[in-house]
Amino acid sequence: MPRIRRELYNKEICACSIFGAMNRDGERFTGKGVMKAIANMHVRGNGLGGGFAAYGIYPEYKDYYAFHLMFTGNSPEAKRSAKIGFDAFLCENFDVVSDDEIPHSDEVVVSDPPLIWRYYVLPRKQGEEALLSDEDYIVKMVMHVNTKIENAHVFSSGKNMGCFKGVGYPEDIGEYFMLDKLYSAYTWTVHGRFPTNTQAWWGGAHPFSLLNTTVVHNGEISSYGTNRWYLEMYGYACTLQTDTEVIAYAVDLLMRRQSIPIEIVAKILAPPIWNSIDRMDEKEKKLLTTLRMVYGSLLMNGPFAIIIGQTGKMIGLTDRIRLRPITAATRGEMFYLSSEEASIRLISPVLDSVWTPNGGEPVVGELNNMRTVL
Amino acid sequence: METVEIDATGISTEDLNERLMALMLDGTEKFVLKNVCGQRYIGTRLYSKNGNKPRVDIDITGTPGSDLGAFMSGHRVRVHGNVQDGVGNTMDDGEIVVEGRAGDVLGMSMRGGKIFIRDNTGYRTALHMKEYLDKKPVLVIGGTTQDFLGEYMAGGIVILLGLGELPHNQTFIGTGMHGGVIYIRGKVDKLQVAGQVDISEPGVEDRKLLDKFVGEFIESFPDLGLNKEEILKGDFIKLAPKSKRPYAKMYA
Repeated sequence: MPRIRRELYNKEICACSIFGAMNRDGERFTGKGVMKAIANMHVRGNGLGGGFAAYGIYPEYKDYYAFHLMFTGNSPEAKRSAKIGFDAFLCENFDVVSDDEIPHSDEVVVSDPPLIWRYYVLPRKQGEEALLSDEDYIVKMVMHVNTKIENAHVFSSGKNMGCFKGVGYPEDIGEYFMLDKLYSAYTWTVHGRFPTNTQAWWGGAHPFSLLNTTVVHNGEISSYGTNRWYLEMYGYACTLQTDTEVIAYAVDLLMRRQSIPIEIVAKILAPPIWNSIDRMDEKEKKLLTTLRMVYGSLLMNGPFAIIIGQTGKMIGLTDRIRLRPITAATRGEMFYLSSEEASIRLISPVLDSVWTPNGGEPVVGELNNMRTVL
Repeated sequence: METVEIDATGISTEDLNERLMALMLDGTEKFVLKNVCGQRYIGTRLYSKNGNKPRVDIDITGTPGSDLGAFMSGHRVRVHGNVQDGVGNTMDDGEIVVEGRAGDVLGMSMRGGKIFIRDNTGYRTALHMKEYLDKKPVLVIGGTTQDFLGEYMAGGIVILLGLGELPHNQTFIGTGMHGGVIYIRGKVDKLQVAGQVDISEPGVEDRKLLDKFVGEFIESFPDLGLNKEEILKGDFIKLAPKSKRPYAKMYA
């Protein structure tokens, strides 16, 4: 008798998928390979979110901040009206060098896409704002838009980089934005999503980003509430309804504003447990104890594997007891991070080295020469 | 013996496993799978409903997906390459040989059969491995593992050979362990091992087990040219739970 498929058989059992590819010589490549790689982990997602971060895609506008905006709403009119509201705000606070609708393919069917627009801007600081650095000014403005302007969301705000994301499988989102044809980047990070606790919407897809930092994440941050309250004290407003947002802001606070190196940041986000600290020598014990006291509220509790993208850098990190997988690999100047090794092998069958990093220990890929992208 | 070769390029997990099942029921005894790339559960669905237990050989080139050989019942799998997470998950019987490394939770809840891994393995190797009467799983690893080796282990035999004189740096070994035995060739500090685990030198019976399974490991990887006496000459330590019911007092 042929097997009869019952509903239960088709139940979506999934996890997230994350993937990253970087050329450490700064040579740029299209999104075709990473789209293929993430599609190979199709079963880890469920079509409710997918997104990409790409570094080095706007060389002709590299001195300007590239804002990617989503205008949401129930009708085309509502979306356009959100854009009008945002444009008025933008013209008051920025010099807009150029803007266009982010091209998309109408052949790809996606659910309820927002109006997605791109602006290249320079800050126009007024009065006391002159005291802020350009970057602090951008953060302040992004937070203002995301909390105060109805239906407008800045989801990408760095220089010479950009995020592309939405509701769907990542390979479909990649085709929707034609990332295999229109853009070349030296680093791509990608995410296929299973929304753990929250509703799927375009803004809630990964990557989460602020300035040049982006984060894609597999797992669940159960300390979200504590992290969020701590970050609010520093002016970060969590508006995107998903836990991963706090990691992006924590990385911005620690690495950009406080200039802490990633090796220490990893010990803040994923500190060794007290048991392990007890066994360390006095100097290390003092450092780790101090970090846990000062930055206790930035400890990311719960399982996670993340890929952090930054200008010239791609970083992989898992929680301290590695409750989510990550595999790292190199081939020549290429550096890869992935939830599964098979996806790396699909686009680079031969690898120089492949390994699984220890929990809480960052793996960092850096450009050999920063000047190639600045 | 009928052999079928399948090029797995672009075939989904579901289609590949359906094909293996149909071919096996038609009498195929050996599969050669080429270009495997991420397809999961290979070996899982190969069972017969009429009560007899078919046995097939599966030879895999490429990188099979997670849960290779999950629930597997009696087949033999050889992988020319690395494997991902969850290999041998709740495996019942059979053998998996990997000419490479393995990811996390290798042999999770494994209850029978044998797994031989040439290189290193990830976190939580042999997580909650178990045994019952004559069902006793065996896992031999050529290199070493990452943290939480033998977590909640309830039975079975795990052997780490530390070939290439690799140091064993993993911590939290045997956390929650209450059955089975782990043999490690090389040094492990007491602080790397959970409190409920007893560290001792292998006795005569243990040496017999090591002789047998190290021998089988070497036979599984003839190309390595390993010398059994050389390997067995090294220092081994034995890890076993102090109590089979570590939490009995807590609830008494």
